[in-house]
Order: sequence, then structure tokens, then C-alpha cells
Amino acid sequence: MSTPAAGSGSPAPSAATVDRPGVINARPVRHPWRWVAIAVILVLVAMMISSLVTNPKWDFGFAFQIMQQTPVLEGLWKGTIFGTIASMILGVGLGVVLAVMRLSDNPVLRAVAFAYTWFFRAMPRYVLLAILGSLGFLYAQIRFGVPFGQQIASSLGLSTDLTFFGFSWNDISSTIWVGVIGLGLSEAAYMAEIARAGILSVDKGQDEAARALGMSSGQRMRRIVLPQAMRVIVPPTGNETIAMVKDTSLLTAVPVLTELYYQAYLFGQRGFKIIPGFVAATLWYLIICSILMVGQSYLEKYFGRGFGAIPKKTKEKLMKIEADH
Amino acid sequence: MANPAGAPLVHAVNVMKSFHGNDVLKGIDMDVHKGQVVCLLGPSGSGKTTFLRCINQLETIDGGRIWVDGDLMGYADKGGVLHRLSDKAIAAQRRDIGMVFQRFNLFPHKTVLENVMEAPIQVKREPKKEVEQRAMELLAKVGLADKPAAYPGQLSGGQQQRVAIARALAMRPKLMLFDEPTSALDPELVGEVLTTMRELADTGMTMIVVTHEMGFARDVADRVVFMDGGVVVEEGPPSEVISNPQNIRTKTFLRRMTEGG
Ligand SMILES: Nc1ncnc2c1ncn2[C@@H]1O[C@H](COP(=O)(O)OP(=O)(O)OP(=O)(O)O)[C@@H](O)[C@H]1O
Ligand SMILES: [Mg+2]
Repeated sequence: MSTPAAGSGSPAPSAATVDRPGVINARPVRHPWRWVAIAVILVLVAMMISSLVTNPKWDFGFAFQIMQQTPVLEGLWKGTIFGTIASMILGVGLGVVLAVMRLSDNPVLRAVAFAYTWFFRAMPRYVLLAILGSLGFLYAQIRFGVPFGQQIASSLGLSTDLTFFGFSWNDISSTIWVGVIGLGLSEAAYMAEIARAGILSVDKGQDEAARALGMSSGQRMRRIVLPQAMRVIVPPTGNETIAMVKDTSLLTAVPVLTELYYQAYLFGQRGFKIIPGFVAATLWYLIICSILMVGQSYLEKYFGRGFGAIPKKTKEKLMKIEADH
Repeated sequence: MANPAGAPLVHAVNVMKSFHGNDVLKGIDMDVHKGQVVCLLGPSGSGKTTFLRCINQLETIDGGRIWVDGDLMGYADKGGVLHRLSDKAIAAQRRDIGMVFQRFNLFPHKTVLENVMEAPIQVKREPKKEVEQRAMELLAKVGLADKPAAYPGQLSGGQQQRVAIARALAMRPKLMLFDEPTSALDPELVGEVLTTMRELADTGMTMIVVTHEMGFARDVADRVVFMDGGVVVEEGPPSEVISNPQNIRTKTFLRRMTEGG
């Protein structure tokens, strides 16, 4: 096509073009302080690197060796990674149950869930693990049977004590299972709040629509409300998992010693080089947490299908729960 | 059968409901016969939504009785003493009543087809193959045969509301309740939903429709019920109530409606 008739060809409009403002070519706003900040950071980083390289006490070579020792790897897998996974399974499962109880019409369930959350949020994990580890002093035998079975049986002159099965707490008292129970019970209190915020974030109309279709309360929760709540629950659960990786270092309180931090520390101590032990543990924690962060972003995408962004109010509420830790 | 010939499908007597001392329904009587379309009109806050929700037990009524197809809703009458039904029994009563909401309330994490198939499979435990076939037929009927795999968020409001109608119909209800199904829609999308509802009425479905669409009420309704302040003020065929209202409140409301658009 040819240029339009009213283009720059005719003299009259061309005179007008000279007066009319054209393309903007302005100077950008200057940010001098940004450059100062960059300079300061560069200097600090250079100092850190130089100290890492020149101070022989860091001894990275030894740290890498520690990272590959069998007991350290065993601590990593059986203590830190297994402990995280098992505690989170217990924590998420129990947490969702507590959240549903907390939101139910039944005042007894509500009160139980509230008391649980109150107790386990107030209880430091280190102290909780230490107590569980010593529970054998209080209750040597754990029995499952008829309540007050021994008393009933003796008053009736029965030969059995109405116990179905039991075990000695001391048999498990320094195993990872005690650690998992402790960390899982504690985690459930936080997960309950997260799950509750998630459930409350789902529009009430969803439950009503499901109700109007004749779905039972269990079906509504499982099939309609929880899957939508997941989108809100997953991101903070990722954070909880990452926090749990680090909290497995508290397992020594039980004491469970097959655990990354303790094993790495032990190696450093034995070689009279404490610092490389810390470095070895730190590097492993960094690696695991980085992998988890990648996994988390995939999960977020999956549960976000069919949705826009999470409402701002819900997000703020969740930030608060996490800040409580 | 529980419903002798000639007995109304919906038989509501003296229905009362209050929220925290605020009397919203003050003794509503209403009979809807099988195959009838009843349009519920009335100003905002008059209790139309509340009455619909009472019919399928989304609200518990404080007084009166509602029977649907001969079943007393929400209670078992044992020798004159009413016993509240369990949640399970109430859920079973709701299966036969479809409801369409003002804001669609489709399940956003499920596709259109999954939305329609959810209740027949989960609630009635019908075989999946059969349900899927029926769901596709229903989607074709509401003009969405090409959208089974879409998520609700990818559809227009009018399309979503038609899916919601298909979802309710998938349970093969005896009665359909519509609560202002077009009032959340852009004006140009209202027509497609009303057309779907007209077609549904032509199949002989019993419908109670809360609406401000006077054209729809005039053309489709067998009977129009005008509510105000929690009571039925006037009712009758649309030719009488809409074209020649007797009550002053009905007249004022209708004048405002026609002036508004
Ligand atoms: N769950 C509730 N709790 C308290 N009050 C309620 C509740 N639901 C409805 N109401 C009150 O009941 C009255 C009637 O409400 P309803 O929604 O039935 O009116 P409506 O006729 O459907 O009005 P609209 O045309 O605006 O939808 C209103 O005053 C409302 O505030
Ligand atoms: Mg309403």
C-alpha cells in the first residue's frame, strides 16, 4: 500500500509535526544509593570468600570427606530424611483431622482440638522429645485394653487383666519412632491451623452446592472442600517440611543419635576439627532444602489448576501462623 | 405411592423462619403441582431465597411443614411427635431436588464433565459409563457439548450457569429450584440461560424460580407468587398478577421493575 495522503508528504501538516511532541527520550531517575549498596555487598562478599579460602580452619576438603562418611549418610537417610517424611505424614494427617474437628458442629470435638493445639503449640519440641524419651520412667509398659481393666479384673477375680496387647516403652524409647511421634504430634498442632485456614478459604457456596446434590458431610469435605483448600494448604506445608528437616536435629534430645547433625558433629570432634563437621552438616541441609523447594513449586502448580491467585486475606492469615513458630 | 394423584408435589404450610429474632418468613403457604412452573417475585430481603433454601433443607424451618412428593422434609412424624432426621436421611431427601444458585457454585477444581458426573456417581453410586453418557447428553441439551474438558474458570457466566443446570439435572430431580439464576450475568448472557430454562419447562419439569425477569415469568410461569416482608402478598396466573395486580405493594414493585428496565 502507498503512504496515506495525509502523511508527511504535504507541507502544511509537516510544519505541525515539528511543533508536536515526538518519541520520549528522557533521562531515567538515578539511584546512587543502589550503587553504594552494591559496592558494600561486593566488599563484604569478597571478605567472606577470602576468609573461607585463606583460613585453614574451614578445611573444606575434610568437610567433603565427612559428608560422605557412612554414619553421616546413615544419619542423613534414617534420621533426617526418614524422620522428616514420617513426622510430616503424621503431622499433616493428624493436622487435617484436628482442623475438621475444630470446624465441626460438635462442641466436644471442637474443645478437644482446641486443647490439643494449645498444648502442643506451647510445648518446645526439644523439651517434648526429651520427655518422650524418658517416658519409660513414668510408664514402663504401654497396654491397650479395657479401661481400668486391671482393677475390674481383680475385683471380679478374673485371671486375665483385660489387656489386648502391650509393649515396653523402653524397647522403643531411643528409636527414631519416638522422635517421629514427638515431632509429628507437635507438627499436627501447626498443620491444624494451616488446614483450618485452607478450609475456611473455600467459598461457602461450594459446600452448599454439594449439600444440595445430596452429598454427605464426609464426601463434601473429601471431594469438594479439601481439594480446593489444598491450594492454600500446600505452600505453607512446604515451608513446614523444610522447617522439619532442620528440626530433626533436635532428635538428639530423645536421644536418637542416627541423625545428620550429630553424626557430622561427631566426626568433626573426633578429628579435632569441629568446623568442618558443621560445614558438612550445613551443606547437606542446604542440598535437601533446595530440592524440597523445587518440589514445592511443582505441587503448587498442580493444586492451583482451575484457579487464580490465593486471596490476599488468606495469605496474611497463613503468614501469621508461620510467624508463630 | 406417597403422592396420590392430584396432591401437590410441593406442599408448604405456614412455613416460618427467623434469624436471630429477625422473622424472615412469617407463615408461607404454597402448593406446586407436578409439571408446574412457579415464579417467585418480590423485593430484596422479602425472603425468597430463604424460602427456596428451606424447601431443600439448607435452612431448618422454625414452624410449619414442607412436604415434597409426600415426604415431610427434615422430620419424621411419629404419632404426632416430630423427630429430627439424621444428616444422612436429610441428604437422601435432597437428592431428588435440584438447585441452581445465583453464583453458579460450580466446583472449580473439576472439569465440566466431572462437575456433572460427581453426584450421580458419589451419591447414587450409578455406573460410571452410564453416568458419563447421560452427562454428555445433558451437556448437549444445554448447548455445551463441546466443553466437557473445560474447567469452570474458562467459561463465561452464562455457560457456567448452564453447566450448573446440567449438574442438577444429572440427579434426575423431581423438582428444580432456581435462585435468581440470571442476576449475576452480563445482560447479553441472560438470554441463553433463560432459553435453557424454557426448554426445561417444556419437558414438564416442576420448577420454582426466583427471578426478576418479568418476560420469563409472564411467558413461562403457570403461576406467579409475589412475596413481601416474609408473607405471600398476591398470587395467581401471570396474566393477572403481572398485568393487572390488585395489591398496592405488588403494583409498586412491578412499576419499579418495569421502570428499571
Ligand atoms: N443466614 C442468615 N443469617 C441472618 N440473616 C439472614 C440469613 N439469610 C438471610 N437473612 C436475612 O433474611 C432476610 C431475607 O433474605 P433473603 O435472602 O431470603 O431475601 P431475598 O428475597 O432472597 O432477597 P434478594 O432479592 O436480595 O435476594 C434478609 O433480611 C436477610 O438479611
Ligand atoms: Mg435472594
